[in-house]
Amino acid sequence: MITSFLIRSLDRTIVIAVAILLALAVLVPALNLLTSADHPLHVPTYLVSLFGKYLTYALLALALDLVWGFCGILSLGHAAFFALGGYAMGMYLMRQIGARGSYGNPLLPDFMVFLNWKELPWFWYGFDMFWFAALMVIVVPGLIAFVFGWFAFRSRVNGVYLSIITQAMTYALLLAFFRNDMGFGGNNGLTDFKDILGFNIQADGTRGALFAASALALAASLVITSGIVRSKFGKVLVALRDAESRTRFLGYRVEHMKLFAFTVSAMMAGVAGALYVPQVGIINPGEFEPGNSIEVVIWTAVGGRGTLVGPIIGAILVNGGKSIFTAAFPEFWLFALGGLFVLVTLFLPKGVVGTALQYVSRRRAYREARNHKDAGLPAAEPLAAE
Amino acid sequence: MTEKRPKNLLYLDGVSVSFDGFKALNSLSFIVEPGELRAIIGPNGAGKTTMMDIITGKTRPDEGAVFFKGDIDLTRKDEAEIAQLGIGRKFQKPTVFESHTVWDNLELALNRRRGVFATLFYRLTGEDKARIEEILSTVRLTGRRDDLAANLSHGQKQWLEIGMLLAQEPELLLVDEPVAGMTDAETAETAVLLKEIARTRSVVVVEHDMGFIRDLGVKVTCLAEGSVLAEGSIDFVSNDPKVIENYLGR
Repeated sequence: MITSFLIRSLDRTIVIAVAILLALAVLVPALNLLTSADHPLHVPTYLVSLFGKYLTYALLALALDLVWGFCGILSLGHAAFFALGGYAMGMYLMRQIGARGSYGNPLLPDFMVFLNWKELPWFWYGFDMFWFAALMVIVVPGLIAFVFGWFAFRSRVNGVYLSIITQAMTYALLLAFFRNDMGFGGNNGLTDFKDILGFNIQADGTRGALFAASALALAASLVITSGIVRSKFGKVLVALRDAESRTRFLGYRVEHMKLFAFTVSAMMAGVAGALYVPQVGIINPGEFEPGNSIEVVIWTAVGGRGTLVGPIIGAILVNGGKSIFTAAFPEFWLFALGGLFVLVTLFLPKGVVGTALQYVSRRRAYREARNHKDAGLPAAEPLAAE
Repeated sequence: MTEKRPKNLLYLDGVSVSFDGFKALNSLSFIVEPGELRAIIGPNGAGKTTMMDIITGKTRPDEGAVFFKGDIDLTRKDEAEIAQLGIGRKFQKPTVFESHTVWDNLELALNRRRGVFATLFYRLTGEDKARIEEILSTVRLTGRRDDLAANLSHGQKQWLEIGMLLAQEPELLLVDEPVAGMTDAETAETAVLLKEIARTRSVVVVEHDMGFIRDLGVKVTCLAEGSVLAEGSIDFVSNDPKVIENYLGR
């Protein structure tokens, strides 16, 4: 059952993308660790972390594409699930600091000592164990998405209204996490991490391993997402995206279908956040900023929504552009981003990858039609009038 | 419920519904027997589509009873449940899934388990394949099985939708204006197709085209202002003075 699900997921594009990701997972850390700094192929550590970060963004964009591209749910709150996964990982990293904090308290993270707290809040229990934190990285965003989606989809909230309440959700979480008494470090968030699984978080080796983990997580998510959208379930998702009430009249429980896709997507976003935090070294409520979620939408749109590889390419392209652009003209980045969104919507509605795929399939159809003609066969079937 | 109901396939009694004060249905009563093919006519706003909305769970009636197969209360169920019970519906405007191929449209409609995990791990069996191929030839779309539904002509979309309804294997089929916008030849073929379908299940057809209804040659119900005006053979109904005044005369 599972194997047929996985085999179906592997078409040529996915195999190539997974192969590239696996190669990167090995090559980039190897070139960083095994070559000396003046070697022409040397990858500096800061680039390893930078591209590791891009890969987690790509995973977030892929997660959004599952709900937006295939299911028609334009979530403007996906960065919230990313941040929740990030906080779960951040809590683990805080507890790893132990007595090495500025206040030297073996149990309480610095900000709690500073706030004069005497004991660890109950929701911090268990986060000293990696397996528990890793579980929470998936469970917490998944649970919040499940509860949110349960109410939203059951009440048949659709389209722009749904987008607005997802935006409200991330904003509410932003305000909540800003509060000191929430117990997540207030506006400073969680930072000053020392080590992960016993390895120094600053070390080149650890950075390489985090990069490899990000590439592997992205590859695995790509295979899972591809399996989902290529199954009959995926066909139902596309069907309800295009004609929701028709799908209901076929007997499908549209709200269950959406809920499943939304929850899986939130879990992937959580994993992305958890891999992001150790690579950038901080998580704070700014990650819940509504603008962040909208940026994810832009990455996905630029790459091509409804294609699986598109959002990955879009996330890397836009963020690469952002890194270069913000260094050269820092004040103009937001204008450039807005302009990019407008241009893509107007001229490349299917995004970079979608447009390329369309071109390839048109060429193929054209060539087939010509071959038919050359062979003297009657044209397959005249195209019906629209 | 202690009252004994007759074993009708579909039983509507005293159904009323109003939208913002407008009475779309006014104590409508209506019965369909198993295996029956029934045509419904009536002027615009007579409540034909509202009636279908009520039967398929899209709209809840303000009052009245709607029962399926004797004792299943349809007013308490939603669209998906009612579809799974075996009531299929074809809309006025052809609504097929345009970004799916003809084949996938039928595969989605096929009467199989429809849960999240059942569809996630679904595999096309030989039996399902044969069934889809059979339907493709019934609705005359075998040659276009791998084309996107978006590229079909209007008449072909209507047939694909009828094919999807066949794949659903409903016991009761509600068809809303199946020949609107079709050519005469397509209309005649659709009449043959519907009669074929009605051999194994009940069909209710809403239509404006009197010629088409004559082709079907079945019992006709005329609705006006939300209730039944006349019922009987096409000749009987079309000679009824009330029907002439309300519908045909206009």
